[in-house]
Amino acid sequence: MSTVEISDLHKSFGRLEVLKGIDFTVESGQVVCVIGPSGSGKSTLLRCVNLLEQPTSGKVIVDGVDLTDPDVDIDAARRRIGMVFQQFNLFPHLTVRRNVTIAQERVLKRRRDECDSVARENLEKVGLLEKLDAYPPQLSGGQQQRVAIARALAMNPSLMLFDEPTSALDPELVGDVLSVMRQLAEDGMTMLVVTHEMGFAREVADRVVFMDGGVIVEDGPPEQVIADPRHERTREFLRRVLHPGTDPGT
Amino acid sequence: MSAVSEQEAPSPAGPRKGLSPRRKQRISRGVQYALLVVVVVVLAALADWGAIRQSFLNLDVAREGLPDLFTVALRNTVIYTLSGFVLGFVLGLVLALMRLSTVAPYRWLSTIYIEIFRGLPMLLIFLMIGSLRLAFPNFDIPGGVYGNAALGLGLVSAAYMAENFRAGIQAVPKGQLEAARSLGMPHMRAMVSIIIPQAIRIVLPPLTNQLVSLLKDSSLVLILGVTAAQVELAKFGNDQSSTFANPTPILVTGLTYLLITIPLGYVARRLEARQGAGR
Repeated sequence: MSTVEISDLHKSFGRLEVLKGIDFTVESGQVVCVIGPSGSGKSTLLRCVNLLEQPTSGKVIVDGVDLTDPDVDIDAARRRIGMVFQQFNLFPHLTVRRNVTIAQERVLKRRRDECDSVARENLEKVGLLEKLDAYPPQLSGGQQQRVAIARALAMNPSLMLFDEPTSALDPELVGDVLSVMRQLAEDGMTMLVVTHEMGFAREVADRVVFMDGGVIVEDGPPEQVIADPRHERTREFLRRVLHPGTDPGT
Repeated sequence: MSAVSEQEAPSPAGPRKGLSPRRKQRISRGVQYALLVVVVVVLAALADWGAIRQSFLNLDVAREGLPDLFTVALRNTVIYTLSGFVLGFVLGLVLALMRLSTVAPYRWLSTIYIEIFRGLPMLLIFLMIGSLRLAFPNFDIPGGVYGNAALGLGLVSAAYMAENFRAGIQAVPKGQLEAARSLGMPHMRAMVSIIIPQAIRIVLPPLTNQLVSLLKDSSLVLILGVTAAQVELAKFGNDQSSTFANPTPILVTGLTYLLITIPLGYVARRLEARQGAGR
């Protein structure tokens, strides 16, 4: 069964067409990395998968439910789709514990003690159990992002979306976040990751999708798309990303 | 000042004709101090000190106001102010949410309300509330004068607070709502649990200032016609000063207002400073 099925997806902001017909699927348990230059529409594509952006046309089917159908309860669908943002977006007025429990309690209606044990379990998974009672502004960027991952996991999602999760981090903090994501992939989570981390894509992804100008240019296993791209545009992009060195911050 | 020095001084380090800007500033400041001293001396010479002590600083008259000044007048002022504030807070929050709603008629209603109640003097609102009985003969606002006062103060402060809340809600980063929605929270739940608590923190300083101005506006309750037990500070002072034909009680009530407004203003500035440092 495929978890995500996108067909003929278009998205325009006013007169600017950002997605020009996207077709692709993510199988259950797969890790798919989306790469491409900035402005290519990869973040918009990701945000269409949980309808943070309303597609202009086309279908987005997650776990067999067509999210673009106006009769679908989008809040119910989003519970099954975890999302991790570039800017973390932790709730700064709540403790780490509350960040991870609030949606469990208010949305899933879990009992308090259950919320708490789920929070502990997931914070342990990201290595931050000792920060339970800290407030987000007291944490480093890398720690905040790991809490954000724990917050999403606490909802028991069947799919995780990552929108450039390491782009706002200082370089020395990137590794911790990536290793949490690597562990998650090994545990069999279905993941759709927009990233500039070519090393991560090459190592962890089952498939790499290269986007440019609102369309998918190349889609295949990493050893093909990254190591031996067929299209000139992909080759050009990879040259620019890989050769200026190790700097991921563009 | 700097324009003058640029004109006069092509070589700033060299000696110059006339006075240097710094010397000019020192002289100008000296003149200002001298003027201030002259004004104070003239006022002191013109004033009738004996009469001032008798009329404004008359401790015997001031003592007559105790303990009612605090147990009745101040107590009522605080009740009027707080009840108006609570009503204004709730109504203001609702108006702010309506103002930001995607439902156009909500936005229109809220905008019209805010424009009207910010544009009218508080005195006029109280006069209208006094005549409300003519329009709704079978309906009495519960709480009598207290209810009417809360309504008047609440209706007006809601308009101001709505604008504060709107600004506060808009100041919460967009990613907060996106994060809450992506966790499956419905829009209203996300507003209540995530956005509004942060917005209220942001607007705490202007809300404190709103409380100060409500405290002062509560003096207009006298328009509603109050009994001796319902009297608030300003009317209390005025009544006492008529009784004793001496304005000392007015000065005393003034000091009582300052007893509350100055610390509140200080709190507002502290909150503002803390916010500036925290962000």
